[in-house]
Amino acid sequence: MIEKPVLIRDDGLRHDGRRPDELRPIKMQVGILKNADGSAYVEYGKTKVVAAVYGPREVHPRHLALPDRALIRCRYHMAPFSTSDRKSPAPSRREIELSKVIREALEAVIFSELFPRTSIDIFIEVLQADGGTRTTGLTAASLALADAGIPMRDLIAGVAVGKVDGVLVLDIDELEDEYGEADMPIGYAASIDEIMLLQLNGVLTLEEFRRAIELAKEGARKIYDQMKKTLHDKYLKIIEK
Amino acid sequence: MSLTPTKQPIIPRIKRETIKSLIKSGERIDGRKPEEFRKISIWLNPVPKAEGSALVKLGDTTVMTGTKLEIGTPFSDRPDEGVLQVHAEFVPLASPSFEPGPPDENAIEAARVVDRCLREPRAIRLEDLVIIPGKKVWLVFNDIYLLDHDGNVIDASMLSTMLSLNMAKIPKIVSIEDDNVIIEKTVKERPLPINLNVVTVSIGLLEGYMIVDPTLEEETVLDTKIVVGVDEKGRIVGIQKTGMEGIKPSQLDDLIDLALKKSQELHSIIREVLNNPNAYTTPLVLQ
Repeated sequence: MIEKPVLIRDDGLRHDGRRPDELRPIKMQVGILKNADGSAYVEYGKTKVVAAVYGPREVHPRHLALPDRALIRCRYHMAPFSTSDRKSPAPSRREIELSKVIREALEAVIFSELFPRTSIDIFIEVLQADGGTRTTGLTAASLALADAGIPMRDLIAGVAVGKVDGVLVLDIDELEDEYGEADMPIGYAASIDEIMLLQLNGVLTLEEFRRAIELAKEGARKIYDQMKKTLHDKYLKIIEK
Repeated sequence: MSLTPTKQPIIPRIKRETIKSLIKSGERIDGRKPEEFRKISIWLNPVPKAEGSALVKLGDTTVMTGTKLEIGTPFSDRPDEGVLQVHAEFVPLASPSFEPGPPDENAIEAARVVDRCLREPRAIRLEDLVIIPGKKVWLVFNDIYLLDHDGNVIDASMLSTMLSLNMAKIPKIVSIEDDNVIIEKTVKERPLPINLNVVTVSIGLLEGYMIVDPTLEEETVLDTKIVVGVDEKGRIVGIQKTGMEGIKPSQLDDLIDLALKKSQELHSIIREVLNNPNAYTTPLVLQ
């Protein structure tokens, strides 16, 4: 086994020079694909994710259609070249679970009752994985839904809080996830103040959990503001034209 | 691909409204208090051919777990540890909405939540399962078998898993020749090394009201459900939110407090059962 690297340096900064409460550099673009009804590309540091939305559209196969609401389908998937060892393109148990938790988070904000007998299909492809792929994917999917013009109660910003070398840190990367003690991804809808996705993989005391939720909310709010700005920048320009 | 569930059990609207209004007035449709578990019945080693097994009934939810031990090779990045694998099967006899086939997302989620709650606090001493470092280790297969589905499958699965692992005995190694390990399955040498016990407490939320151990009918009306893993030291060892509505962050404190409090009940059940195992190895009476 490889020796555990230093995650919190003597100066209190993290292995990549970030402060414990600092996000990675985040980039967002919307409307990047021609065919999809809505799309987004999001980077959290070296993690790169593209999301696309098709719909509301006719459901295939038809018997899956729901009489009183839209059917929401979601696939989180990692490209074979996204990881250091090639990942088999077949869906893993992890990807099946994450597709479920991301779908459930988005179900909570989409006004699905406005589109009975249709489907809204959400596809998330991780192009490069460096930690935080489900939260980056959730942010990207939320932007793609907004880009597709689907009515929603709020946007969801995803971010993970981790515990590394005993310190709670925001937006952990792959190294911190691998050698850290805990990883807690959340999806936060900042305007309506609700947590839509919450998982914890690791060990925390009650006190640490409380601080981790506060840290995650602060980080998610920053990402949320950037999401709104990204959408404004694109659509205000169109309106001005 | 994950789809909006379409095969929900059909419950008349009037009954749904009754379940909801009862929860909001601090009552339950089966007469329980909001923070009360259903009756828990336990059988140890119902399947003696497995290295360990347990059957747990949580109300009408019935889960059998079997632990099998085999010799295998360790993961290349963890040459000095045995291997733990948790799987769950929601077999079609357990519910009219289950179908044959590979595990669906709910079964996979249940297995992965149980797996994480065991792995993160190092509930099993995997380092004590090495036979030849880097080459031969014990593989622990923990298979969760849902036999009757009446809600809160994860808490029942975690409890039966923990008991099954505690009952598991490692077979005797007869000889080791050039990386070839011969075992005698009928002779059990030592118990599976357990560091600490873990339980999960699932809390259902409906418009801010919290209930413990929801039945299937209650689950269909809940906004969301949060599963909290707690070890015997009172640490949080895993969380999974499932369900299609959000939760107010301000409610998380109360929710975790309740989970920690209720976890002590489950831990004391585990202690009581493991202190008197003979009282729980009676023939199966499932009625």
